[in-house]
Amino acid sequence: MSPTRPARDRDSQGPEERPVLLRIASFLYLRPSLVLALLLGPPLVWMIVVYLGSLVFLLIQSFFSLDPFTGQVIRVLTLATYKDLWTPANLDIFFRTATMAAVVTVTTAVLAFPLAYFMARYASTRLKTVLYLAVLLPLWSSYLVRVYAWRLILAKEGILNWFIQQLDLTRVLDLLLRAPVIGGPSLSVSFLGMFIVFVYVWLPYMILPVQAALERVPRSLLEASGDLGARPGQTLRHVTLPLAFPGVIAGSIFTFSLTLGDFVVPYSLGNSSFFIGQAVLSLTGTAFNIPLAAAFTVVPMGIMAFYLVGARTLGAFDAL
Amino acid sequence: MRSEANESRGRAPLSLRLATLGVILFLHVPMAIIFLYAFTTDDATFSFPPPGLTFDWFGVAVHRPDVWQALLLSLRVALIATLAALVLGTLAATAVYRSKFFGREAISFLLLLPLALPGIVSGIALRSAIGMADFPFGFWTIVIGHATFCIVVVYNNVLARYRRTGRSQVEASMDLGADPLQTFRYVILPAIGTALLAGGMLAFALSFDEIVVTTFTAGHEETLPIWMFSQLTKPRQRPVTNVVAVFVIVLTAIPIFLANRLTQGGSE
Repeated sequence: MSPTRPARDRDSQGPEERPVLLRIASFLYLRPSLVLALLLGPPLVWMIVVYLGSLVFLLIQSFFSLDPFTGQVIRVLTLATYKDLWTPANLDIFFRTATMAAVVTVTTAVLAFPLAYFMARYASTRLKTVLYLAVLLPLWSSYLVRVYAWRLILAKEGILNWFIQQLDLTRVLDLLLRAPVIGGPSLSVSFLGMFIVFVYVWLPYMILPVQAALERVPRSLLEASGDLGARPGQTLRHVTLPLAFPGVIAGSIFTFSLTLGDFVVPYSLGNSSFFIGQAVLSLTGTAFNIPLAAAFTVVPMGIMAFYLVGARTLGAFDAL
Repeated sequence: MRSEANESRGRAPLSLRLATLGVILFLHVPMAIIFLYAFTTDDATFSFPPPGLTFDWFGVAVHRPDVWQALLLSLRVALIATLAALVLGTLAATAVYRSKFFGREAISFLLLLPLALPGIVSGIALRSAIGMADFPFGFWTIVIGHATFCIVVVYNNVLARYRRTGRSQVEASMDLGADPLQTFRYVILPAIGTALLAGGMLAFALSFDEIVVTTFTAGHEETLPIWMFSQLTKPRQRPVTNVVAVFVIVLTAIPIFLANRLTQGGSE
């Protein structure tokens, strides 16, 4: 940060005696818009040139196409790539990813609520700090390590199967795994396993905004509801839940967006049916079809833009 | 702020307490299992219960050059990215706090965008732009990607601290005759110091763990998360991965604890 605070002119000191830095400071004091430009310039240039520039460039690339014979990108604007995108196989990928994101989001919301509610309503200040850290720690700790943990847990010879065997529930698990779509050869290669891991890794992102929203529900409102004769269940349904909803929406921005764009979990636990992240990665990594990969990412970008606008109207940004 | 006198609601219902406990266990038991498997004698499968326990894997991990290379690269990237984020985030926070200008509200949104958009979007966007600019993929391209999404963490922390501190101290300092440099050195810096430290540590943790954007910008370099990802698909001496994972958990837990301490009561 540069010294930008106003300088006091001191009569005892002539301008020629003052150190250079102070003279610069006085010079800047008289020019607030220059100060603003100096402060805002570097971060703004970085974000606009490096980040927005890249995003726009990506968008443009999705209107280029790949020459099927040479594999070179043809820099002519065309909709051909979007036509390639519109195949049943790719639509399957979008549908699969969006469904997973939606199911994961709903599940995290259901799991997050009791903990958030307990933290906001019942926990003592001390316990609340402990719980807060207990949620924060997994949120910030290595996401890859956390995915890896589930590889250990879900492995065929791993701890979960061991428990299932001890409890004599192997047949129930087999039945689950034989189910269409969610099943697979084992928990570590199935949509069911993937779903568990997604819920696990994104759950803290849901807990925190829901807790923040519940924290802001005024106690007097709940008391008023009780005084007016509502049973606790009714207060929960008609007062607490609606007020917590913006928090759920705020959390869902993260859980939804993170699931849409992830490729680590599908690669570690999935089978050959791709998710958006995997498709993009393989298109850039092995197929070198950047235009199609770009077009692929336009879909989650569009879904998220739509989602963010919706979230904004529901007041979720105040809960962030 | 809640007054403790209002705490007349008493104890939570048993079902709620059980649900809370269940969620907390769900979040933390998997971590404990990683610790357990770092000591197993079985290096080919993930058999449970472990056939035996040993400390050997810690020694093996220390002598694996690939682990060290990945770790050092991650540390160097995180350090530089954090420094860049500290400078840019503080500048942006200062500008937003002290002046009103057209588009001020958009700044927060712009800075948050790299975290809010799916990682693959940012990843492939940076990759194609960097490839277009003919910039060689490697250390610096990883740093560019990481700094971009770390800025917002520093920005949020510093801005929250500015808002809490208020302007009066700075004004008092000037009224008492301090020059801008003295005001910066003795008033502003101490006020935002811990926010910078907290933001910096969170940015460090964020960069140290990032994989999605990194995959697209790393070229042939291998950061620690990329190393771990490769171990997920083609493992070699599985418990070594666990030893590294334990190390990563501990290394990221420390800054989070400290950052929480430093910002307590405010900028969450």
